[in-house]
Amino acid sequence: MRSDMMAGSRPYDLKRYPGFGFMAAVCLGLLYLPLFVLVFFSFNERRSVSNWSEFSLDWYAKALANDAIRQAATNSFLVATVATIAATVLATAAALATTRVQRFRGLTACYAVINSPLMVPEIVTAVALLSFLSLIGLELGVGNVMIAHTVFCVPFAYLPIRARLHGMDTTLEQAAADLYADPVQTFRHVTLPMLMPGIIAGAALAFVISLDDFIITQMVASAGATTLPVYIYSQVRMGVTPEVNAVSSMLLGVSIVFVSMAVLLRKKETA
Amino acid sequence: MNAALSQTPPEAVGTAIELRSVTKVFGTGSAESVTALDEVSLAIRDNEFFTLLGPSGCGKTTLLRLLAGFEQVTRGDILLFGDDVAGLPPHKRPINTVFQHYALFPHMTVAENVAFGLRMLRRDKAEIGRTVESMLTLVKMPDLGERKSSQLSGGQQQRVALARALANHPRVLLLDEPLSALDLKLRQEMRLELKTLQRETGITFIFVTHDQEEALTMSDRIAVLRAGRIQQVGTPDVIYEHPANPFVANFMGETNLLPAVIGAAERDMVRCHLEGGAEILARPVGDNAAGSRITLSLRPERIVLSADSGSGLTGRITDCLYRGTDTSYRVTLENGPELLVYEQNVADRGNGMSVGNSVRVLIAPGAARILAG
Repeated sequence: MRSDMMAGSRPYDLKRYPGFGFMAAVCLGLLYLPLFVLVFFSFNERRSVSNWSEFSLDWYAKALANDAIRQAATNSFLVATVATIAATVLATAAALATTRVQRFRGLTACYAVINSPLMVPEIVTAVALLSFLSLIGLELGVGNVMIAHTVFCVPFAYLPIRARLHGMDTTLEQAAADLYADPVQTFRHVTLPMLMPGIIAGAALAFVISLDDFIITQMVASAGATTLPVYIYSQVRMGVTPEVNAVSSMLLGVSIVFVSMAVLLRKKETA
Repeated sequence: MNAALSQTPPEAVGTAIELRSVTKVFGTGSAESVTALDEVSLAIRDNEFFTLLGPSGCGKTTLLRLLAGFEQVTRGDILLFGDDVAGLPPHKRPINTVFQHYALFPHMTVAENVAFGLRMLRRDKAEIGRTVESMLTLVKMPDLGERKSSQLSGGQQQRVALARALANHPRVLLLDEPLSALDLKLRQEMRLELKTLQRETGITFIFVTHDQEEALTMSDRIAVLRAGRIQQVGTPDVIYEHPANPFVANFMGETNLLPAVIGAAERDMVRCHLEGGAEILARPVGDNAAGSRITLSLRPERIVLSADSGSGLTGRITDCLYRGTDTSYRVTLENGPELLVYEQNVADRGNGMSVGNSVRVLIAPGAARILAG
């Protein structure tokens, strides 16, 4: 009786489908096996990324001691931090402007314009930014990279913030207004605190996207404004060493932390 | 007396809110524009428990939102204690609202919710603390200040919403169907509490509901709305006993609506001929010329059935429903229409009152009410 009910409540138990386990294993393997191999050989003692000798943290120590890597890492985090803050502020404003107003003609066009960096091929954005920045003669070094990253981070920050705002009950804001809060106070005491999970999720996504970006940075970054992905690429051309593996693994670790944060906040918000 | 009172011009007593030909059209200019309120004029007195009653879509919530400032009138004026509130945003109106689903701030504690309005008004911290405490005591939740609002039951949220609105000592409190989300028992309890609260605080309550029983038990006066127009304004007994039209009669509880023709006058009554020939004596309303067609409203509890032979109309019981405190009968008159009758279930009743039996139907002179049209 009870087991019948259990089965009835889950009529589409995927585990019972023949071949599902196999397909899942293939997909997950394709996704994670290369990453696993990369991380695995970053701990190799010898200078090889295909023949295992013994466990060692030497390559991590070497990577952390390498001035070029430290410079690139500093640039990466600086760019990601500035771009994330700028993009999140812009995205929050855009999300408010597209959800807390009466519907108007062109609202759908607004969504398209805000999200276009997701659609436009990255190489096109990269070339466009490169020629535009040189056209106006802007030469700020790392500053140029920050501006470029802000541009493509906006939609990544915008989507979770807008989703959160969209699901938020507007009567809460009306209740605040009814309780003598002017529009600024309403935003500060009600809208913003309620929106916070969305903002943090958006910021975390933007941070990771900025940290991992290669194509646009490669185009825009001048000498001395190199970020980690660009540095890794330049090293790989001279042959993959476990040192590159170690740097990549650390970058992967940071990304995982930020993406998990975004996911966990999403979960909390729907709970 | 009550009828006279309801007709007193609004200037005579302290008027809290006055509506002058208020019209609200949604989607003006577009093909699917909707007129939510149509030329509504109304005066709500200070310290009054005033109810806006009507079926869903009648415009009662729109009216409330206009008062709160969430919507702007299309035409007409709203006066709050004599001052035109046009263009005044919600946060500048001395009005607070209890929302239908309470709209408590989920990221704040109960006490923070109640303190919110006073904080926005930049009141003294100690004063806010005292007010929050006294408000939570007033709504019988003195020890729950530190709870998150999401940890409360529906009834508790209701009380917090009330406390949050009352903490600001508004001059007018708007209540948008605040009891509709509660279960029956709690709803009946809250009716009494709301009524007491209104009497104790002396704040003008404007209460929106579609529940006629709620309106009757709580209100000083009721405005019945239908399709954006006011049908009748009056005290509960006037609205119930002397409905202005068939819609009000039907909406305010069960009634028998009987088409009739006015006959000869008889002392202070007038004879009304029902279809089929039966006659009922009713009090004339205005100019009831003989021969004019009218509708009679006859409340089921105003009809008396008797198994004894004697005076009155003759009918046959066609249906009988036991309902606890009373029994509901359907009686077809020998020379008239079918009537709905409620009889109190007192000890010596029930003999000879089963389906198929012939009974005497006694309708006291004046029990039926003449409605226009």
